Amino acid sequence: MHEMGIAKSLLEIIKREMKKSKVKRLKKVRVKIGELTAVEPEALRFCFEASIKDTDLDGARLEIEDVPLTGKCHDCRTRFRFHHFVSLCPVCGGKKIEKLTGTELDLVSIEAV
Amino acid sequence: MHDILIEEKILSENDAIAHENRHAFAERGVFVINMVSSPGAGKTTLIERMTPILLDTLGRFAVIEGDLEGDLDAVRIARAGVPVKQITTGKACHLDAHNIAHALPWALEQDAGLLIIENVGNMVCPAEYDLGEDMKVTVLSAAEGDDKPLKYPAIFDASSALIINKIDLAPHTDFDIERARANALAINPSLQIFETSCRTGEGIEQWCAFLASKTLALRGSVSTSR
Ligand SMILES: Nc1nc2c(ncn2[C@@H]2O[C@H](COP(=O)(O)OP(=O)(O)O)[C@@H](O)[C@H]2O)c(=O)[nH]1
Ligand SMILES: [Mg+2]
Ligand SMILES: [Zn+2]
Repeated sequence: MHEMGIAKSLLEIIKREMKKSKVKRLKKVRVKIGELTAVEPEALRFCFEASIKDTDLDGARLEIEDVPLTGKCHDCRTRFRFHHFVSLCPVCGGKKIEKLTGTELDLVSIEAV
Repeated sequence: MHDILIEEKILSENDAIAHENRHAFAERGVFVINMVSSPGAGKTTLIERMTPILLDTLGRFAVIEGDLEGDLDAVRIARAGVPVKQITTGKACHLDAHNIAHALPWALEQDAGLLIIENVGNMVCPAEYDLGEDMKVTVLSAAEGDDKPLKYPAIFDASSALIINKIDLAPHTDFDIERARANALAINPSLQIFETSCRTGEGIEQWCAFLASKTLALRGSVSTSR
């Protein structure tokens, strides 16, 4: 399960930023997880909570925004949400699709005091 | 209370190291592929089968073997006469850019135009970890389900090529090669698809020809070593 590795990378960035901003208590963490990533949101939450338990960061809440996979058709310019990950324009049947959202695996912001 | 905006990719550190790896390989004209599959799809056997053909067309190539434990696969490759470096990931179910950065000096010393990285057998995690490769190659065997592309879309989306291996088994299983192709292309219409059997040798030549052409295109000149 690679969500443990993702949680570790996430916490490294958080600790770096907390040091930079001179804050001590972490309250909330906001992340975005795209539909197309191979990351299970609930598994990440589990790993995040397990990693901060009994540490200085214990009690922080992880807020996950699930981002749907959307794209734009190269031929007819339609913007649409992918159906079952299939790269196909629902209007003209075009297959040249530019992905707009859904590949995120981002730390957005934190709340701390 | 501070609201601190960060807006950073969670795997930004891995991505930065992968970027450096990619740069170092490109500078030395090394074409790098990252082979991904479920355990047992036939990655190591494919490399064994590819070896005589690639040695003939390219003169040299090198292999990095990612394994949870043990060095059985590395021993198989070494026996075939190819320089091979083993990376044991322990509990991690994928290679990361750091692993490759450590093996990079060794890889460059091999003076090979092609580096094949066999990732740890797993179709989920390697999708997120860029190693600095030129292309990801997914191997799907006919001993698995032809619906796998729909179940693991991230890795099929991230790959440039797909090898459907063990096609010798297809007549004896429910695996429908056309359906597998269609499912993979539905996820990623630009996938280059190859069909191989390490049992009969079918398709190995075509796959190697593709790989060799990519390697030679990068090198910019045909090998004159033979
Ligand atoms: N029938 C058949 N068996 C194969 C083929 N390719 C590999 N195998 C067998 O599949 C098993 C796993 O192969 P291996 O290369 O170790 O898979 P890896 O885990 O992806 O490296 C071995 O017993 C191979 O002999 C093939 O094309 N046809
Ligand atoms: Mg293997
Ligand atoms: Zn369209």
